[in-house]
Amino acid sequence: MHNLDVAFSALSDPTRRAILARLALGEATVMELVKPFELTQPAISRHLKVLENAGLIVRRVEGTKHPCRLAEHGIAEIDRWLEMLRTALTRNYDRLDQVLAELKSEMKSDRGEETR
Amino acid sequence: MSKLTLKTEGEKHVVVTRRFAAPPEAVYRAHTDPALVQKWMLGPEGWTMPVCQMDPRPGGKIRYEWSNAKGGGFYLTGECLVLDPPHRIVHVERMHLPDPTPDNHVESTFEPDGGGGTLMTMRMTLPDAETRRQMLSTGMEHGMEASYVRLENEILAARV
Repeated sequence: MHNLDVAFSALSDPTRRAILARLALGEATVMELVKPFELTQPAISRHLKVLENAGLIVRRVEGTKHPCRLAEHGIAEIDRWLEMLRTALTRNYDRLDQVLAELKSEMKSDRGEETR
Repeated sequence: MSKLTLKTEGEKHVVVTRRFAAPPEAVYRAHTDPALVQKWMLGPEGWTMPVCQMDPRPGGKIRYEWSNAKGGGFYLTGECLVLDPPHRIVHVERMHLPDPTPDNHVESTFEPDGGGGTLMTMRMTLPDAETRRQMLSTGMEHGMEASYVRLENEILAARV
């Protein structure tokens, strides 16, 4: 629960969401992220730190570079959470479909009585 | 394939859409007649809605209470603002957990889909991004609020 809270907090920032969207396409270094986002390197690094602490990205060391990529585990956790939400809402509306089907037959019989 | 879409929009909004195989008149009625609402707005399996009050007129009060077999429960209060049958409902609501959450402003529209059915669009507006984040994360603990929202994000869309 705590992890999810941190994850959603990290996701509340549009720049961080955009960074994740970029990383969804593949690994990138800080410098590679600086260009498209038109932010300073320290600003990008701060965002990456938040994402890393939230378990959404991981970094590896490659000489002097530290390429980032999406953390499958962190993303999977959010995926599961979203799935729970979707399931609960889908249940509600499936029940509503049933209610509407009942209304339909009710309205039909009402109309039937009127024309009699 | 799911008929449901849920996404966040900007900083403060959550938008849900769903198609129904019934005309707007019926969908509107199922959202404003408490006896009908009580049949479907139950959230996850195992929850019931012992209290369902909805007074569909401007200023009319809303009160929904949910409970589960384990003795858990919480409630929601709200007020109707605009009723434009059968196409539009605007209301505000807040959860009591038991402290009230900030007001969620909800506009629901029901449009004919051209094939005898209805396209519902429910657009929620929270006071700010932080409130939305809290609503989305408390939703998980309380299941019910969870019925209404999903954090859609570019990340997941980009991964597909």
